[in-house]
Amino acid sequence: MGEVIVITSGKGGVGKTTTSANVGAALAAQGRSVVLVDADIGLRNLDVVMGLENRIVYDLVDVVEGYARVRQALIRDKRFENLCLLPAAQTKDKTAVNPDQMRGLCRELREEFDFVLVDSPAGIEQGFRNAIAGAEQALVVATPEVSSVRDADRIIGLLEAERMPAPRLIVNRMRPAMVRRGDMMDIGDIIDILAIELIGVVPEDEAIVVSTNRGEPAALLPTSRAGAAYREIARRLLGETLPIAGSAAQEATLFGRLRRLLGAR
Amino acid sequence: MELINRLLGRQTPPGSKDVARERLRLVLVQDRSSIAPSLWGALKEDLLAVIRRYLEVDEDAVEVELEREGEAMALVANIPVRRIRRASGQDTE
Repeated sequence: MGEVIVITSGKGGVGKTTTSANVGAALAAQGRSVVLVDADIGLRNLDVVMGLENRIVYDLVDVVEGYARVRQALIRDKRFENLCLLPAAQTKDKTAVNPDQMRGLCRELREEFDFVLVDSPAGIEQGFRNAIAGAEQALVVATPEVSSVRDADRIIGLLEAERMPAPRLIVNRMRPAMVRRGDMMDIGDIIDILAIELIGVVPEDEAIVVSTNRGEPAALLPTSRAGAAYREIARRLLGETLPIAGSAAQEATLFGRLRRLLGAR
Repeated sequence: MELINRLLGRQTPPGSKDVARERLRLVLVQDRSSIAPSLWGALKEDLLAVIRRYLEVDEDAVEVELEREGEAMALVANIPVRRIRRASGQDTE
């Protein structure tokens, strides 16, 4: 029986879809069977990030409405045969699905896969309600900005109200140089404010843009720093305890230590 | 230039992250209190339970709210007092 994990954020554009694709690919690379569910009905995007947009025949709405079986709608990844995508519908809107249908769908998928990753739409309305309905765990994605952290706080409150056990935080697009010069909140600040467990810190990385252009998750590129961070998140999901290396907080401390060594302030 | 200053240990103007953190802290106090109305009901009840032991107050007119005072948030309670009990914890009616 697999785990159902929703990836959510409240605010749009912070990297939910990129996170879903990369964590999914990294889990698949670790040999687990994974299905990515695009719950952003009407604004389908996980397919292009994964490079699978040309293979879609049926979608999530076709499945819940009974026009297609789950098996027919799943798209197998090009790189991993143990990785699948259930695409969102592009022509419908979020009211085409309800939370009960999502619960049923997730129940069915977890029979077949080790991990069911649900990519949530932005917002706190029905699309979000649908995305969390079948999930038992949540990963909250936030960038180190006031608006994103505020929305993450709201989402954490809503998840708690739904009795979702302790959501975990991914801080995305961290820019260590800005943290060092005091122009970006560091991990300590964000954790202090949100008071939830951190599962990973993903640095800003141009490789994400390039890999999204190509439809190949950066988690599969050995040279990408963001990719490495996503691989670590996958390993933590599998139960490994890894130090959150490369986190800006640590680098900031390292820099501070170096500065003190040099006798500066 | 900034890097040279930093390497020389010169004081550079404080970054914007402290501003961000402080603004967030304040806005989240407001956000969290406004989305948890049950919290206010419970707080009001608990406050009254204590105050009742010492004062007779107009319980229907009690107002409890958060007010922003510059850089800080304050819990402001407006509780009209009808009479003060003669001895604490006892009803002297």
